[in-house]
Amino acid sequence: MPEIKVTPLGAGQDVGRSCILVSIGGKNIMLDCGMHMGYNDDRRFPDFSYITQNGRLTDFLDCVIISHFHLDHCGALPFMSEMVGYDGPIYMTHPTKAICPILLEDFRKITVDKKGETNFFTSQMIKDCMKKVVPLNLHQTVQVDDELEIKAYYAGHVLGAAMVHIKVGSESVVYTGDYNMTPDRHLGAAWIDKCRPDILISESTYATTIRDSKRCRERGLSEESARKHRKRRQGKRVGPQTVSLSDHLSVQSSFQERMNLKAPIYFSTGLTEKANHYYKLFITWTNQKIRKTFVQRNMFEFKHIKAFDRSYADNPGPMVVFATPGMLHAGQSLQIFKKWAGNEKNMVIMPGYCVQGTIGHKILNGQRKLEMEGRATLDVKLQVEYMSFSAHADAKGIMQLIRMAEPRNMLLVHGEAVKMEFLKGKIEQEFSIDCYMPANGETATVTTNPSVPVDISLNLLKREMALGGPLPDPKKPRTMHGTLIMKENSLKLVSSEQALKELGLNEHQLRFTCRVQLQDPHSDNDTLHRIYTHLKSVLKGYTIQHLPDGTVMVESIVIKVSSSAEDANTKVLLLSWSYQDEDLGSFLSTLLKKGLPSGLC
Amino acid sequence: MAAHLKKRVYEEFSRVVQIPHEETPAKKLRLSKPSKSAALHIDLCKATNSTDALQYLLQFARKPVETESVEGVVRILLEHYYKETDNSVRLKIASLLGLLSKTQGFSPDCIVDDAINTLSNEKSHQVLAQLLDTLLVIGTQLPESPAVRQRLIEVACKHLSDTYFGVRNKCLQLLGCLGTVDSPLTKDSEGLATSLGGVRDVQSIISDYFGDQDPRVRTGALKSMLQLHERGMKIHEIIYDQACRLLSDDYEQVRSAAVQMVWVLSQLYPESIVPIPSSNEEIRLVDDAFGKISHMVSDGSWMVRVQAAKTLGSMLQVSPHFLEQTLDKKLMSDLRRKRTAHERAKELFTSGEFSSGRKWADDAPKEKLDTNTVNLIASGACGAFVHGLEDEMFEVRIAAVEALCQLARSSASFAEKCLDFLVDMFNDEIEEVRLQSIHVLREISTHITLREDQLDTVLAVLEDSSRDIREALHELICFTNVSTKECIQLALLELLKNLNKYPTDRNSVWKCLKFLGSRHPTLVLPLVPELLSTHPYFDTPEPDMDDPAYIAVLVLVFNAAKSCPTMPALFSDHTFRHYAYLRDSLSHLVPPLRLPGNGLDLVDSRCGLGSVESAQLFLQQSLNRISTIQNLEAPGAQDLLDFTIRDLRRLGELQTELAGAADFCATYLRCQLLLMKALQEKLWNMAVPLCFKQNVTATAAAQQILEETYKLEFLYSGLDNRQVATIHHVRLQAKALQLILTARTRQGLEPLISSCDKFLQDIESFQRLFLTELPHLQDSFVDKLLELMPRLSSCKPVELVKILQTTLRQSGLLQLRLQPEQIHRATATIIEPTGESDNPLRFTSGLVVALDIDATLEHVQDPQNTVKVQVLYPDGQSHVIHPKPGDFRKPGPARHRLITQVYLSHTAWTEPSQIEVRLLLAYSSSSSPSKLGWSDSIDSLPPPEAAVEGTIPFSKPVKVFIMPKPTRR
Repeated sequence: MPEIKVTPLGAGQDVGRSCILVSIGGKNIMLDCGMHMGYNDDRRFPDFSYITQNGRLTDFLDCVIISHFHLDHCGALPFMSEMVGYDGPIYMTHPTKAICPILLEDFRKITVDKKGETNFFTSQMIKDCMKKVVPLNLHQTVQVDDELEIKAYYAGHVLGAAMVHIKVGSESVVYTGDYNMTPDRHLGAAWIDKCRPDILISESTYATTIRDSKRCRERGLSEESARKHRKRRQGKRVGPQTVSLSDHLSVQSSFQERMNLKAPIYFSTGLTEKANHYYKLFITWTNQKIRKTFVQRNMFEFKHIKAFDRSYADNPGPMVVFATPGMLHAGQSLQIFKKWAGNEKNMVIMPGYCVQGTIGHKILNGQRKLEMEGRATLDVKLQVEYMSFSAHADAKGIMQLIRMAEPRNMLLVHGEAVKMEFLKGKIEQEFSIDCYMPANGETATVTTNPSVPVDISLNLLKREMALGGPLPDPKKPRTMHGTLIMKENSLKLVSSEQALKELGLNEHQLRFTCRVQLQDPHSDNDTLHRIYTHLKSVLKGYTIQHLPDGTVMVESIVIKVSSSAEDANTKVLLLSWSYQDEDLGSFLSTLLKKGLPSGLC
Repeated sequence: MAAHLKKRVYEEFSRVVQIPHEETPAKKLRLSKPSKSAALHIDLCKATNSTDALQYLLQFARKPVETESVEGVVRILLEHYYKETDNSVRLKIASLLGLLSKTQGFSPDCIVDDAINTLSNEKSHQVLAQLLDTLLVIGTQLPESPAVRQRLIEVACKHLSDTYFGVRNKCLQLLGCLGTVDSPLTKDSEGLATSLGGVRDVQSIISDYFGDQDPRVRTGALKSMLQLHERGMKIHEIIYDQACRLLSDDYEQVRSAAVQMVWVLSQLYPESIVPIPSSNEEIRLVDDAFGKISHMVSDGSWMVRVQAAKTLGSMLQVSPHFLEQTLDKKLMSDLRRKRTAHERAKELFTSGEFSSGRKWADDAPKEKLDTNTVNLIASGACGAFVHGLEDEMFEVRIAAVEALCQLARSSASFAEKCLDFLVDMFNDEIEEVRLQSIHVLREISTHITLREDQLDTVLAVLEDSSRDIREALHELICFTNVSTKECIQLALLELLKNLNKYPTDRNSVWKCLKFLGSRHPTLVLPLVPELLSTHPYFDTPEPDMDDPAYIAVLVLVFNAAKSCPTMPALFSDHTFRHYAYLRDSLSHLVPPLRLPGNGLDLVDSRCGLGSVESAQLFLQQSLNRISTIQNLEAPGAQDLLDFTIRDLRRLGELQTELAGAADFCATYLRCQLLLMKALQEKLWNMAVPLCFKQNVTATAAAQQILEETYKLEFLYSGLDNRQVATIHHVRLQAKALQLILTARTRQGLEPLISSCDKFLQDIESFQRLFLTELPHLQDSFVDKLLELMPRLSSCKPVELVKILQTTLRQSGLLQLRLQPEQIHRATATIIEPTGESDNPLRFTSGLVVALDIDATLEHVQDPQNTVKVQVLYPDGQSHVIHPKPGDFRKPGPARHRLITQVYLSHTAWTEPSQIEVRLLLAYSSSSSPSKLGWSDSIDSLPPPEAAVEGTIPFSKPVKVFIMPKPTRR
C-alpha cells in the first residue's frame, strides 16, 4: 500500500519554526522553513540534519514551499538554502516574494548588528536565496516535475498567504500554512474547493478558541480609543504590532476618519513602512471592500498616521504608537515599552498570540517584574490588555475548512499540544476521520488507497453499454469482461480478441467435458430427443438445436448420447462446453444428473 | 377613420393634393404582408450551403410575423427541416419554431404533431434539446389541453434517458412545466413505466434525476421540482431527504437550488417530525430545515451563502430556541442533547468550553466532558447569523441583515437578541450595509428599547460623513424608544454635536428631536432645568434665539411639554416668548401648548379632533351646492362659484389633510368660472370687429383653462379615471372655445380646416380613452358632440363651428365627485439654498460653479423622470437641468428628497445679481393610459395624438445671489 509520510521538523505540537517534511508518491517536499522567536541558540532553526547528516539537501528534496512571509515560516530559508545548501526550486506567492526579503533583512540586522552574533546568514545570502524562488499565482497549477504538481489557494492570514495543494498522481496533501476563515478589515477569508485531499495539514493556533464576532472585538478597540479620547490627559499607549501590521492600523485609521479624532497616531518607521507599501501595491490580494474602494481612496494611505521617531517617545500628551514586533522580544516596541512601562497611566495592547519565552508572553501571564539583559529588572506598571486580532482560524474556522475540503485524514501542527488534543477529539467526533498530531521529529504515516486509472477501449465500452442498462450509473459498480494489459507504465482494458491481437498470441480454446450417466430405457436417438424436449421446456430463451449428426446444441454446448457397454439402459451423456459458457454448462450438467422427468415422450 | 375623414375634407375644400404623411409606412407594411412566408421559402430554396441558409433564417428572425401567416411559415420551416442535413440549421429552425409558436393569437396545437414527429428521427443531441425546448413553449402556450400535455409528458419521459445532459435537462423542464401530480402516468406509457419500475408519477421520475451524474441535470431536476411547486402541485414529503442530501453537493448551483427546495418543503410540512440521525430523537421538519440552511451560511460559495441567508429570513415558523442559536457561535460545544441533559447544557453554556479570544489564557483546557455526544443540529448551524454578518462579501451581509429584520419583526424576543448584532453592523465598512442595517433597525424599532451602551454605538454613526447615513439615523431616532434620561441627554448631546459639525442637517435634527421629545415626555421632564439652564434663584442670560442648537433644545422641550402639563411651570419668561416666536416660525416642529394665561390656547382648540370630518363635510356640501348650477348663465352663478372657490382655498389652508382635494376642487371650479365668463352672452352677440377686446380676454381665458387642466391632471395624485375624464372634458371645452375664437377672428380657411381636423381628432381620442366613463358623462358637452359626430365629420368647418358654439353654450357644469382623502397635491420645497444669503457666490465667468440643491418632494410619482430644476438668469435666459436618478432618495412613503448639484455659468456681470432656482414637474400627455400595441397600429389607426409636453412649476422659486467675475488676465 502506498503511504504518505509527514514529519514536522518544527511546529509539531508547538508554535514557531514551522517546517514540515512530506513524502508523497516518492517525492519529498518541505513545507515552510521558519525560525523560532523564543530561542537564540541552535533551537532557533529546524534541525536539517534529520534530512541528511552531511552534504546538501538538493538531492533529498524535490521542492520547498513557503506559505507566507512571517519569520516563523520563512526565517530559516537563507540558512537552509545557502548555509546548509539547497538549489532546488522554492515556491512562494508574489507578495510573499516581495515582502519576505525585507523581513529577513530586518531579522538579520537585529541579530547580527544589534546582538552581534556571528556565523549568521548575510545580506548576499538572502539575495541568493531569493533568486531560487519561483513565484506562484493563486489557483495556478504548477508542475514541479512530471508527477508533482502544486496549486495555491487564498489563505487570508496576511498579504500573500497561501494554502497549497500538493498532488502526486491521485494522492494529495493540503498544507494550510496560517489561515483565517473570518475576513478582517483588509483581507478576505480563506477558501478552498472540495479537493478531498488524503491529508489536510492544518495549523491549530486557536484550537480551543471560538472568537467573538469580529465586530465585538473591533468595538472593543473603538471603545478603547473613544474612552481615551474623552480623557485627554491620559498617558501614552503602545500597541505593538504583529509583523503582519496594518490590521489595527487600518481599523484605527478608518475609525479615526469617521469620527474625526485628533490624538496623534504613530507607527514605527522602517520595516512597517516598507511592508505597508506592499499592501498598497498588492491590492488584488485584499478583500472585497478594499478592492472596491481603492479607486477613490487607497485604504493604506493613512491620513492621520505619522511615522514615529524615537525622540517622540518623550513628548507630553496622549499618543498612540503602533510598533513592531508584536511579541515585544526585540526592536522598537521593546524600547518604547521599556520607556513607558513604569507609568500606570499607559497601556499596552497585545494584538495576538505570543510565543513562550517572549516578553509579551510574560506580561500577558501577569508577570510584573521583568529581567532584562544584564541584571536590570523592570517594574511593569502599565495596563496590559490582550485583544486577539491575529488572523488565525479559530476552532470553528478549522472545522469549516475541513468541511470545505473534505480530507480523508487530518494532521494538526502549529499549536500547543494540549489544545491540539482537544481539537483532535472534536474533529474525530464530528467528522469521524483520523486525526494526527505528530511532535517534532515524529513521523505520521497515512496509508492511501489511490485509485488506479485504466484506459478502456471505446469499443469494449460501447459493447458493454449496449448489453447493460440505458445509462452508466456512477454510483454502482458493474462487472464486465475484458483483458487488462500492463505495458510500459500504462494500463489498458481491452476486449480479449484485441488483446490477443496486440500481444501476438494465439487463442487457446479451453473446453470442459463431463460424462453423466442416465438411466433411460429408450434408444439413443429417443433419449436424445427426450433430452432435447426437456431442455427446451426448461431453458426458455436459449437456442437449442437438435442436429442430424446425433447431437444437441445448447448455445455452444454439445450433448451426445451413447449407450454404455455393459447396460443398455444406462446411457452415458457426453457434455462439452467452452470456458466462456461455464455457467450454463455446469447448470446443464447438474440438471441432467437429476435425470429426465418421466412424463416426457 | 380619421384618415378617411381627412381625405373627404381635402376633397371638398381644396385642390391642393397633400399626401398625408402617416400613410406611407402603413402601405409599406401591407405590401410586405403576403410576401412574408413566400419570401422565406424562396430564400431557403436559394440557399446553397448551410451558412447561407443560416443567414436567411437569422434575417427572417429579426422581423415579426403576422398571426395569420404563422402556420404557413411553420410548414415551410418544417419542410426544410426534414431536408436539411446541417445540424446548426436544424437547430436554428427548431428555435424559430419555438419563437413562432409564441406569436400572439396563434394557437400552436396544429403543429404539435409535426414537432413531435421531428423528434423521432433526430440524431443530434443539441437539436433534440432545442426541439424539446420548442415543445416546452408549445406546451406552455396550450395550458388547457390535457391531451397535448399528456403527449408531451410521454415524449419527455422517453427522452429522459438520453446521454446528453441538455436533452435530459429539457425533458425535466418539460415535466416540471407540464407534469401533474394527481394523474400518475399509467396506461399510455405502460412500456416506459415498466422499464422504470412500476407506475410512477412525475415527482418520483424527477426525483430520480436528483442523483444524476451531471450537476447540470441535478440542478435541472431541482428546478423543475420547484416549478411543479410553483404551479401549485403538492410536493411529497419524501423529497425532503433527497433534497437535504443535495445540500452537500460538490457544485454550487446544485446546492443553491437545493436550499430553495428544502425551504419549500419546510414551508409545506413545517410540523412533520423528522428523526435526528444517530439518535432516537426527533424534531420538527421546519427546525431541521432551518438548521440545515443555517449551515449553508458558511458554505464555500458566496452565491449559496446569499441564497441561504435570504431564505432564513422567511422561515418564520422555526422554534425560538433554534432561532436563538443562530446568534451564538459558542453553542457548538453544548448542543448535546439539549432536552435530555438540560442542566448540563446550561452549565456548559455559562462556563463555555471554548475561549472567547478576548482574555489571555482563558482557554486553558479543562478536563474533557464525557457526554453522550450527539449533535442536535449540525454544529455549523449555530452562529449562522454571526457568520453571515461578518461575511467577506457585502452581498451576504446585506442578505443576512434583511433576514434578521424579517425574523425579528415576527418575534419580539429575537428582536431583542439580535439588537446587539444589528447595532454592530452600524460599523460596517460598506456604506450600503450600514444604511441597510439602520433601515432594518428602524423597522423593528417597535419591538425594542435601546440600552445606553447600544445607543452609544448608534449615535456614534451620527458623525459619519455620509449624508444618507446620518439622515437614515435621524429617521431611526425618530422611532426609537430609549430607557433612561441619560439616554435622552446623550442623544441630545450627540445630535447637537452633529448639528455643529454638519450644519446642513439642521432640519433633520430638529425633526428628530421633535419626535424624541414627544415620545419620552417623562424622561425629558427631569432634564428641563438643565436643558434650559434655568436656576432656582438666579436669572440666567437669555440665550440667542438664532442659535440652531438652542432651537433644537427648545423643540425637544416643547414637544415633551405637549403631553406633560407640569413642564411649562419650569419655563422662564423668555422661554414663553421664544415659544410664541417658534410656534409661528417653525409651526411644523413646535406643537400647540396649553400655556397658562395665553391666548394661543383658543386658536389651537379649533383644530381638535373631529374637525377633519367636519371639513370634509363642508367640502362635500360646497361641491353639492355647485352642482345645483345647471345653467352657466343663471344669475348669481358666477358669484356662487367665486365664493365657493374662496371657501375652498381657505379650507385647504386650514385643514392640511384636505389641502389637496380642496385645491383640486378650487382649481377645477376656477376653470369653470373662466369658461363661464368667456361664454358670456354679450360677447357672442356682438359683431366680430367690435368685440376685439373681449375676444382677447376670451382667448386668454381659454389658454389659461388649458394650462390649469394640465396642472389638474399631472400635479395631483390619487385621481381615478373618472376625474381624469372630467379634466379632459374641460380641456376639450377649452379647445372648442379656442376653435370658435379662431373661426371668428381669422379669415383664412386653411388654418381653420386643420384646426377643425385637429379638434375632431381630439374628440375621437377622448372617446377612445374614456370609453368606460362615457355613461357618466350624460348630457355633457362631449356627450352631445358624440351624438352629432356623424354630422360633424361631414360638415363644413363653418357649420362645425356653429354647432360647437351652441353646444358649448348649452352645456352644463360637470359635477366633480371625489374621495377627498386620496387626492394629494404634489409639492416641493427647496430647503437649500435658503435664499437668505447676502454674500454672492463668486466665480469666474465662463467657468462653472456648482450650486447644492436640497429639496423635499411630496406626492410626486416617478420623480426620477418628471422633476427638473430650472435656473432663471436675470437676462431671461433659463436652463432646465435633469437631475440624475441617483440624486433622489426616498425617506418615506410618498416623500422624496432631491439632493443634487446644478452647475451655473454666465458671462461676466458688473455687479452681483440674483438668479431664480425652482423645480419643475414635467409631464407628457403621451404617457396617458392606452398604449397601442404593435399589432394594432398596423391597421391604419390614426397615430396617437401628438404628445403634449410641458412643465409645471411646483415649488416656490428661490433666489440665489451670484457674481460671475470677469476673467483676470
